[in-house]
Amino acid sequence: MAVHTGQSVAKAAGDSDVARGRSRGTGKPPGGLRRSVSTHWYAWAMVAPVVAVIGVIVGYPLVRGIYLSLTDANERNVERNIGVNHLPATYEFVGLDNYADALTGGQFLSTLGWTLVWTVSCVGITFALGLGLANILNRRIAGRSAYRMMLILPWAVPGFVSVFAWRFLYNEDRGFLNKLLAGGGIDAVPWLNDPTWAKFSVIAVNIWLGVPFMLVALLGGLQSIPGEMYEAAEMDGAGPWQRFRHITMPGLRSVSTTVILLSTIWTFNMFPVIFLLTRGGPGEATQILVTQAYKFSFEISPRDFAQSSTWGVLILVLLMIFAVVYQRVLRKQGDTW
Amino acid sequence: MTAVTDTRTHTPNATPARPTAGVRRRGDRSRAASVGLHATLIVASVIAVFPVLWVLLTSLKPAAYATTTDFFKETTFENYTKLLADTPFLTWFGNSLLIAGLTTVLGVFTAATTGYAVSRFRFPGKRGLMWTLLITQMFPMAVLIVPLYNIMSSLGLLNQAAGLVITYLTIAVPFCAWMMKGFFDTIPREIDESGMVDGLTPFGTFWRLILPLAKPGLAVTAFYSFVTAWGEVAYASAFMVGDENLTLAGGLQKFVNQYGAQWGPMTAASVLIAIPAAIVFLFAQRHLVTGVSAGAVKG
Repeated sequence: MAVHTGQSVAKAAGDSDVARGRSRGTGKPPGGLRRSVSTHWYAWAMVAPVVAVIGVIVGYPLVRGIYLSLTDANERNVERNIGVNHLPATYEFVGLDNYADALTGGQFLSTLGWTLVWTVSCVGITFALGLGLANILNRRIAGRSAYRMMLILPWAVPGFVSVFAWRFLYNEDRGFLNKLLAGGGIDAVPWLNDPTWAKFSVIAVNIWLGVPFMLVALLGGLQSIPGEMYEAAEMDGAGPWQRFRHITMPGLRSVSTTVILLSTIWTFNMFPVIFLLTRGGPGEATQILVTQAYKFSFEISPRDFAQSSTWGVLILVLLMIFAVVYQRVLRKQGDTW
Repeated sequence: MTAVTDTRTHTPNATPARPTAGVRRRGDRSRAASVGLHATLIVASVIAVFPVLWVLLTSLKPAAYATTTDFFKETTFENYTKLLADTPFLTWFGNSLLIAGLTTVLGVFTAATTGYAVSRFRFPGKRGLMWTLLITQMFPMAVLIVPLYNIMSSLGLLNQAAGLVITYLTIAVPFCAWMMKGFFDTIPREIDESGMVDGLTPFGTFWRLILPLAKPGLAVTAFYSFVTAWGEVAYASAFMVGDENLTLAGGLQKFVNQYGAQWGPMTAASVLIAIPAAIVFLFAQRHLVTGVSAGAVKG
């Protein structure tokens, strides 16, 4: 429900056709552009800062990134200064070659495979844990706020500090976890040095980081469901499972769809956890698309800007496809979003 | 996971249901169920708190004992004194504080105005703006980091706080604006109308009437912006070089490379880094539940 900027609020509420703004100052009806400026100027003024910042900081680099992905730019042929000498750019336009290479080469597809496993398992488990804990915390239970504080804590600690803490716990020779296992007579586990264990470990850390956000969002959603609905259901003899199935689930629907969409996008692009925990190692076992793209432009020699941009654009395309499909599915199920 | 049984909303004036003899009403649990719930919560809380707690405890042990499993061992502050005396930690800390502070203030302001405009007005370009905000969440920084690096260097913003602040705003503002929109949607429109009737401009209405009502939303937005800027690693390590310009995230990276095996100073640094974030969190946490859900429900 938005209100027209041009009209008195009371009149505009509820009608959706374009209202005529009061012409300010001039006696004649002003021209189309003038009228729309005089009508909407403050709405535009309010969003202007955001549009400006996004335009410069996201728009330009994006266009530039797309352009670079169509060239063979790397560290040796871009415009650069060596001492006082200015070398002009010598990279060339290569069309869609980079995309063809990425999509037919094994590296992109295998990285994509692991990225999907990583995203689905992180989001799925995080959501399940968040939902379970939110349901418990939504009941009358002693020490509720203390529990809530403790459970939200991982969100409050800066990511790189948490990741460091986990590296400390995971350390193969001297980490707490292996000392704990040794106490039980179990051999040390190479948490971060074995491909399979490393995958398990990064997922565990990301879940640990992600649960608080889910918990907070779902708890808020639960608290917005009117208690009377549960009372009424109980009067009608609905059991606990039926109440959950027919009141809690539909009530949480809008929150759930939003947080699942957002966390999927965030997890897919979760740079710090992988980068700081394993640097994508051992080998390239835990490299997701984003960290690999970063590696192309910052960690290999010569730095390969074209390939990095290509992967970046592909990530963006994949996520946009996902968002559109996600919305379609929701709309089919009758969600207006 | 324990089975979810009754959930109930807690209004402050709800009186607990008194059990009548022999009939167990909703909200009264068997002893076993209570024990199960508390056990679940305790396990979850321990897992949530332990890694952080362990770092704190380790930072208070002498460096030589950093990897022992004792909870306390000759408690000492030597890790902290060493850290502050021998490294540019305080410089990094100041840089981070400046950058995160600026990001928070600017981020809250822009997110609030944008959210308000999108929530209350219908204007050409609105839908496009909403979509743009969502799509910016999808940008992998890997695409942006190199061109952005080039922009920053041509604007002379590399190694400047301003460069990072602007970059962080692009990360924080889209999400926060969505949240604020949801939040403003829950504030009755009559309030705006009364402002208009009293002759306030749209800006005046927003500034004097609506913003004070949206405090929880502002708290969440501030918290999110702060945490984003405070803990960001990739841009910080790419844009900042030289000891005196590094942020904590960048500085700590160097630390790991130089003092890789020295867990002692590292843990002390981590604790000091976590403190400001924890303070902001304490201020915001009372509003977190209402804030996030309002944004998410109405988003």
